[in-house]
Amino acid sequence: MQIIKQIESLLRRSRVPKQKNDLSLEDLHKLYREMLLIRRFEERAGQLYGMGLIGGFCHLYIGQEAVVTGIQSVQEPQDSVVTAYRDHGHMLACGMDPKGVMAELTGRIDGYSRGKGGSMHMFSREKNFYGGHGIVGASTSIGTGLGFAHKYNGDGGVAVAYMGDGASNQGQVAESYNMAALWKLPVLYIVENNRYGMGTSTERHAAGDLYKRGVGYGIPGGQVDGMDLLAVREAAQKALDHIRAGNGPHILEMMTYRYRGHSMSDPAKYRTKEELASYKDEKDPIDKVKSLLLEKGANEEDLKALDKDVKDIVAEAAQFAQDSPEPDPSELWTDVLVGVE
Amino acid sequence: MPIQVLMPALSPTMTEGKLARWVKKEGDTVASGDVIAEIETDKATMEVEAVDDGTLGKLLIEEGAEGVAVNTPIAVLLAEGESADDISDADTQAPEAPRQEEASAAVSVSAAADQIEGEEITDRDILLAQGKILPPPPFDESAFTDMKEMTVREALQSAMAEELRRDENVFIMGEEVAEYQGAYKITQGLLDEFGDKRVIDTPITEHGFAGLAVGAAFKGLRPVVEFMTMNFALQAIDHIINSAAKTLYMAGGKLGCPIVFRGPNGAAARVGAQHSQDFASWYAHIPGLKVLAPWSAADAKGLLKAAIRDPNPVVFLENEILYGQSFEAPVDEEFVLPIGRAKIERAGTDVTIVAYSIMVGKSLEAAETLQNEHGISAEVINLRSIRPLDRYTILQSLKKTNRIVCAEEGWPCAAIGAEIAALAMEHGFDDLDAPVRRVCAADVPLPYAANLEQLALPQAARIVDAAREVCYVG
Repeated sequence: MQIIKQIESLLRRSRVPKQKNDLSLEDLHKLYREMLLIRRFEERAGQLYGMGLIGGFCHLYIGQEAVVTGIQSVQEPQDSVVTAYRDHGHMLACGMDPKGVMAELTGRIDGYSRGKGGSMHMFSREKNFYGGHGIVGASTSIGTGLGFAHKYNGDGGVAVAYMGDGASNQGQVAESYNMAALWKLPVLYIVENNRYGMGTSTERHAAGDLYKRGVGYGIPGGQVDGMDLLAVREAAQKALDHIRAGNGPHILEMMTYRYRGHSMSDPAKYRTKEELASYKDEKDPIDKVKSLLLEKGANEEDLKALDKDVKDIVAEAAQFAQDSPEPDPSELWTDVLVGVE
Repeated sequence: MPIQVLMPALSPTMTEGKLARWVKKEGDTVASGDVIAEIETDKATMEVEAVDDGTLGKLLIEEGAEGVAVNTPIAVLLAEGESADDISDADTQAPEAPRQEEASAAVSVSAAADQIEGEEITDRDILLAQGKILPPPPFDESAFTDMKEMTVREALQSAMAEELRRDENVFIMGEEVAEYQGAYKITQGLLDEFGDKRVIDTPITEHGFAGLAVGAAFKGLRPVVEFMTMNFALQAIDHIINSAAKTLYMAGGKLGCPIVFRGPNGAAARVGAQHSQDFASWYAHIPGLKVLAPWSAADAKGLLKAAIRDPNPVVFLENEILYGQSFEAPVDEEFVLPIGRAKIERAGTDVTIVAYSIMVGKSLEAAETLQNEHGISAEVINLRSIRPLDRYTILQSLKKTNRIVCAEEGWPCAAIGAEIAALAMEHGFDDLDAPVRRVCAADVPLPYAANLEQLALPQAARIVDAAREVCYVG
């Protein structure tokens, strides 16, 4: 009984109460713009995919924008980020150039990885973004290592390690939780629970709540409405404060939803149209922020201008990604090893 | 009849130990299970328990004696009613030694045998990947004259200690590397000198800590990850290949992974199928990795330092049986061997024997037999680097001898020997006077029974037979 109480208090500590937010109109504008950029970027990527300009796998982030935007907005510049394969949103939120991301999607030389990585594999040391990993669960232990390096270097940084709900069942996630708790590593684990690991619903693949998976290791966890930017921000801020104070890792489960299929080739027959509509129509994270902006007195015209601005950025990125040449054949052989001689 | 107490083998590879302390003295009665002595092996201090009841009639080995071979009688136990007078000479003599085990005396190698030309080449990695045959990087090993006899274990330990001193970003992590001082004592003393920030005991969680180390390397640290054995790295192989080896390429050169994955590889001594496998060909297959396999103490030291300094992921395959073997090795802290350069350990004219790791020693043994008993002059190449492979040196040797035998502990299918046979066929076809012969482990999981294990692993005699075959000497 005693133990159960302790666990309950451990979890409650970080469960996020709804509170009014102190964001200025200007800040909210900025975040709205970031979310919109991700949405429009992904829509355009879907379009280019349909035109055959993007190949292979392409996992779109549409519907989940509040998660990465909210968390990134409360990070410090020295913090690092790593995620899995649904990663375009994370790159844009980190401040990576939409042109470079889109050109990577089209497999061109001006892409972040010179066209050699593709949708799932882009990196930016300058923006502290460490990928982009295609193996489910890998980002969690790599993120734990980023946290290890922050602690080793004493730079005050926190590693934000994203995973999906499907990844949370991987053995290495449990292994990472254990080490991070044991060594009090500054890692914020984000479980983006979009309700499906590919086509298998969370109910069918995960026993228990994902935010409680750290309890056995003494890692506090919280479940957050991932469709609500302000809730995400608040939870992330608290978690980061907890971590930065030297208390070790923290888990946040973001309850979210992806509007598109798992990847471009997924017809998403495992869920109903009504279910999808209930999110799009009633819980859309961008609509929610837009209402808030209008409530706070934002000008409809300004929002329209902002929308156009974002569309232009994405159109420019798409054009750039089509104009950029394919990598020279010599690129086939470079970047396998760092030269020593 | 008095009972002999024999020097026990306290680990699969122990051949001798130090009798550190007698806990019981002559005349003491002992019961089965009583500790009678403490023995120091190369790995640990361990207690010897009596197996029978009786009175210690005579202690045959003095306290502090070093190098007491396994199975040497160390004491005589008297049964009830017997006295010291009942002890005969036979009771104090060693029983007939069971067959087994190479001597662990220092192996002397003539440094002059390494006469390979070398060349500085820009874009070497690219040209090698494209299949070009290039002279290896130049290196004058004979310039290092300050030599000291050391075990492979000491060489590995000193390489790590020196690199930890040299670069703040280097750290060691793995199971039992810190407080336990290393499961095989390779990290002995490192915790004391460098502290627990840089010498880190991990839980038994290979997949997790390999991924963690990769993440740390992405941020610019230089992890040295010890796997208790490379068999356990199978749990972590996804991170070694997918995260460490491929990231530089997937990042278009923007993010690299300077990391070393090291640990004992291949068969030890009767540890069974799951603990006995040579992974050289597995890792040799992967672009983005470098793969090293030292044989001697000089190899161990020079190659491990090179691995730690290299900006790429390196898989470093050690061998448990070699850990205790002694060799002459340079003491210079700047003795850093170039990766991708083989060493001719013994020059010869009639047949080339290509080997790595423990098989180098067996090949040298075979070369002696070939010379002494069959008049065949064998050249022995120690590959040192499995990837990149020093194909130039192998082909140069083939030009001279026109015959190749490959010796490895791996299985034959898609193995290093298969690669060398392909090399000889593709690039040395006209130089071949006989088909390439491969000496490998039998194509079965490694058995436990001593006789079957011996049969499964490649031995010097099989190398001799293969060399005689390619030389057409019956």
